[in-house]
Amino acid sequence: MFDIVYFSSASENTKRFVEKLGIKASRIPLFTKEVEDFEVKSDSILVVPTYGGGEDKRAVPIQVIKFLNNPKNRNHIAGVIALGNTNFGETYCIAGDIISEKLQVPLLYRVEILGTPDDVFEVKERIQKLWNARQS
Amino acid sequence: MNTKLAITRPVNWNKIEDPIDLDVWNRLTSNFWLPEKVPLSNDIQSWETLKRNEKLLTMRVFTGLTLLDTIQGTVGAAALLPDAITPHEEAVITNIAFMESVHAKSYSSVFSTLCSTDDIEQAFRWSEENPYLQKKADIVLGYYRGDDPLKRKVASTLLESFLFYSGFYLPMYWSSRAKLTNTADLIRLIIRDEAIHGYYIGYKFQQSFNLESAERKQEIKSYAYELLLELYENEVKYTADLYDELGLTSDVKKFLHYNANKALMNLGFEALFPKDDCDVNPAILSALSPNADENHDFFSGSGSSYVMGKHESTTDDDWDF
Repeated sequence: MFDIVYFSSASENTKRFVEKLGIKASRIPLFTKEVEDFEVKSDSILVVPTYGGGEDKRAVPIQVIKFLNNPKNRNHIAGVIALGNTNFGETYCIAGDIISEKLQVPLLYRVEILGTPDDVFEVKERIQKLWNARQS
Repeated sequence: MNTKLAITRPVNWNKIEDPIDLDVWNRLTSNFWLPEKVPLSNDIQSWETLKRNEKLLTMRVFTGLTLLDTIQGTVGAAALLPDAITPHEEAVITNIAFMESVHAKSYSSVFSTLCSTDDIEQAFRWSEENPYLQKKADIVLGYYRGDDPLKRKVASTLLESFLFYSGFYLPMYWSSRAKLTNTADLIRLIIRDEAIHGYYIGYKFQQSFNLESAERKQEIKSYAYELLLELYENEVKYTADLYDELGLTSDVKKFLHYNANKALMNLGFEALFPKDDCDVNPAILSALSPNADENHDFFSGSGSSYVMGKHESTTDDDWDF
């Protein structure tokens, strides 16, 4: 099964969502400098928050960009899940769209704020489906 | 009043105590806007196609929103200042307060563009006399004047993330029918700001909340759900009073449930309303957030909403930091 790799700011909204999934997860360091030494070893689903509003270039957290700059990490990402808020209109969860396009992996789901129990259920199912598709 | 900041400290932006302060400051300032930026006069023709009762409803909804933004810009944000933990937080709160005043003023821009002076004055009088609107204001003001910092933050977050939405529904509804689309653009800017305000105050709430005893946590949590339900009960009456005539009340209520859940999540609490009560009309969701609905016809919305927040594919250079 895939692991989860995620970034969560000090507000920890993403962390809380990830914990509800009950899948083995590692967290991309908060301090940008520490990201250089951070690598994932197995195929993973990337969970990212979107930094909302206006400018797309700043939508993907810098720590996530650093993480993906390392090809070893990049090659392990099988899919993306984005967190955001529909209040941000067109840029809702856009970090997910940007990464999905960049890495050519599917954007599996968009989650609002902390996610509801229904979101947790749906996300688990989609991750499982993607995993099954990979095995066959 | 809290006197945590007994010594007056100059704010040093080269020494950040909480990175979220800087992050939110940057987002708020880069999102800064003024109503003059939105070409509201393009809506004059569209406004004339509305029936008399539709115009009346729209004006009432906007005076209601003006009242909430007035409270938030004056009493609300100021009530949060004494509780600030870092000097940077104080700076962010003053930014929030100012933007609330911009929001309150922007409704007046809509009025002056579309309506006659007489109609405007009547709508303002309505807002002063409507019992549900006044009750909504009274409840929130009561908690802002209370002496519990955590409860003040709960009240503020519920205002930012829940109470506005019975009003925000209407411009999204018009936009989904290709009416008042420039006004909708302006409202979307307000909605975007409110999301950051709700996130930030909710975050600061959680920081203080996490330091409390289990008993006190339980007290605050119960209080948050009770206040939400108290506001909700009034909000349902307010909604019916406004929207019954157009037959939209049940649709608006779904939008209320959906946003009540988001308000609770901003505070770090679990959603309250089940999924089936939150199935917001897809036309409204897609007016709110074209991306959220993958079946959205990109070309069906208003032209001007695509002027802001344009997006282009990233290149390798974008990743090279």
